[in-house]
Amino acid sequence: MSDPCLQAENLHLWRGERHVLRGVSFALSRGVCLHVAGANGAGKTSLLRTACGLLPAESGRLSWDGRDVQEDLAGFQGALIYIGHEPPLKADLSALENLRYWIGMRRRVSPAALASALQRVSAAAWSERPARTLSAGQKRRVALAALSLALVPLWLLDEPTTNLDGEGQQLVGALIEEQLARGGMVLAATHQELPLAPARVRRLELRLA
Amino acid sequence: MPELQHAALGAPDAAVAGSAAPRAAVTLLAAARLVLQRDLTLAFRRRAQLVQPLAFFVIVTMLFPLAISPELARLREVAAGVLWVAALLASLLALEFLFRDDAHDGTLEQYVLSGQPLTALMFAKTAAHWLLTGLPLAVMAPLAALSLGAPPAALPGIVVSLVIGTIALSLIGSIGAALTLGIRRSGVLLALLTLPLSLPVLIFGARASELAILGDPIVAPLELLGALAVLGITLAPLASAAAVRISLE
Amino acid sequence: MNWTWFHRLGSPPHAYRLAQRLTPWFAWPAAILCLLALYGGLVLAPPDYQQGEGFRMIYVHAPTAWMSLMVYTTMALAAAVALIWRIKVAHAAAAACAPIGASFTFAALVTGSLYGEPMWGTWWEWDPRLTSELILLFLYLGYMGLRAAIEDPQRADRTSAVLAVVGVVNVPIIHYSVSWWNSLHQAPTVMRFGKPHMSPAMLWPLLVMLIGFTLLFAALLLVRLRAEILARERNAAWIREELGA
Repeated sequence: MSDPCLQAENLHLWRGERHVLRGVSFALSRGVCLHVAGANGAGKTSLLRTACGLLPAESGRLSWDGRDVQEDLAGFQGALIYIGHEPPLKADLSALENLRYWIGMRRRVSPAALASALQRVSAAAWSERPARTLSAGQKRRVALAALSLALVPLWLLDEPTTNLDGEGQQLVGALIEEQLARGGMVLAATHQELPLAPARVRRLELRLA
Repeated sequence: MPELQHAALGAPDAAVAGSAAPRAAVTLLAAARLVLQRDLTLAFRRRAQLVQPLAFFVIVTMLFPLAISPELARLREVAAGVLWVAALLASLLALEFLFRDDAHDGTLEQYVLSGQPLTALMFAKTAAHWLLTGLPLAVMAPLAALSLGAPPAALPGIVVSLVIGTIALSLIGSIGAALTLGIRRSGVLLALLTLPLSLPVLIFGARASELAILGDPIVAPLELLGALAVLGITLAPLASAAAVRISLE
Repeated sequence: MNWTWFHRLGSPPHAYRLAQRLTPWFAWPAAILCLLALYGGLVLAPPDYQQGEGFRMIYVHAPTAWMSLMVYTTMALAAAVALIWRIKVAHAAAAACAPIGASFTFAALVTGSLYGEPMWGTWWEWDPRLTSELILLFLYLGYMGLRAAIEDPQRADRTSAVLAVVGVVNVPIIHYSVSWWNSLHQAPTVMRFGKPHMSPAMLWPLLVMLIGFTLLFAALLLVRLRAEILARERNAAWIREELGA
């Protein structure tokens, strides 16, 4: 196993009175998926948001390639994609436009690449429809298309399989496999099992306070 | 599956796994342009919302003749003040929408995580806001000014002062809008935060318009107004970026 | 340079105990100086040859007006320190400043109005200083309103800190623009506050009062800071030890 690329040491996070993260540590190496498990309210989402630098940890250290992420936060954030509970789609824009603006902030994407990414998640038929008319599962698929387009080494996924049908869940598994095969990393928080061969998955269990 | 994994691991895609994070290949300017373009596209999909601050501006200026007197000579004395108070309130009204939808649907989060300097993206958002509210207000102002008895010769001066002044107002407003993100029913608080900070703009802007109506040179207050706008351009996006980051914590 | 004192100051128990120990050192001199200045201003100083006895209001009005600005600056400074170095105690200090500053501002407005009545013949005059003072009151109210509106305490701290810094940048701009505005519309008969030439017998009580009020602010800040720290750390172990002892 290669050296850890994303490393968290003893992260503590308080939300008001609640001590949400109590000394969480993990190390994520290339080609590995870390499955963050735990009951509702155990701090899975908080951990993910802390790991991408949205939430500043009270104490502890988060490093990327051996350097504290605070040294070059924008550079670190440019190297990751985070997809929360709700895919960040504008209701008035179509799936295609949403992807174009979202990914376009990070890298140049050709219309052909956009089309094939949408094709891959079986979204071609409704890619011109405003996101407001899409079902929750369809929105989730647009987010999956964004994942494959972003071409970044680190994926942070919050409940990536919610709202997806069986075929969609298999797709999540296949996309993660591809990312790992490319040498990428995935940090996925879910209380379900990941649709993935267990060999490359490490588990991090968060317990309730 | 496992075979495929091992096979692929032998040749990791350097572009993706490269430890030096692939810096966004999109330039700052291109990213800011995308933000601007997205906001303008969205606004034109909801044209009805676009017209509301304008209609508000017109109806507020209309209140004064009804409340004071229909005599143009009397109205002319207060015309500059009325125009500016109405413009200030109209631009305040539109502020609530500046970040609200973006915060709600997760777009702001993606802006923060885009790897681009958030300050520049905030500036682009504020620019879009000004193009959609401030500029139309300045363009509408001559109609309102004429109805309040301003001479036609004063109109260019009024428009110029409003163009510069609304830039400053949008920038100051963006700070207030960012600070009140995540607060339910933030309208009154937003006004309480934004109005005291906007008073210098009101003072210099109204003075410039007043001098224009009197037919006097307006350079002095315009310069002060311009100074406020420049100060706003340099500092306001920093403050709103900081406030947006905090709102996502 | 050794920065441990700075970080120790940032620790809530240390700050709490330090505030407790320092309070009397500010409170007593404040009380003595204020009383001394009151005696000097109300009894010893001669009446003003133009304003008569009414001028004595200046001994309360000018120091409160001065404090209203000083407290805002202190608040913004504490907020900036808290934002940059992520020091919780500094956030508590900024929070503690706001009501004190708002009270001083309010007092300055009331005394200004009381002062104005015999001088101008009206309770309110759009004098540039009073107008700036009124705007400052709104800045304080906005700060406190924002703090109260945000439920998450950490976010309330950090968001209001940004507002305090934005506000302090704007205070001089507001003051300048209001003076500029006033110079355009000013009627020539208006009496101005704070004449530059005061006789020494009139001046010393004012200066003593100024120092007294500054110390009073420090004492009030320390007391409020302790209350803030208690409220914020109410579940911490050291508080139980502190109060049990």
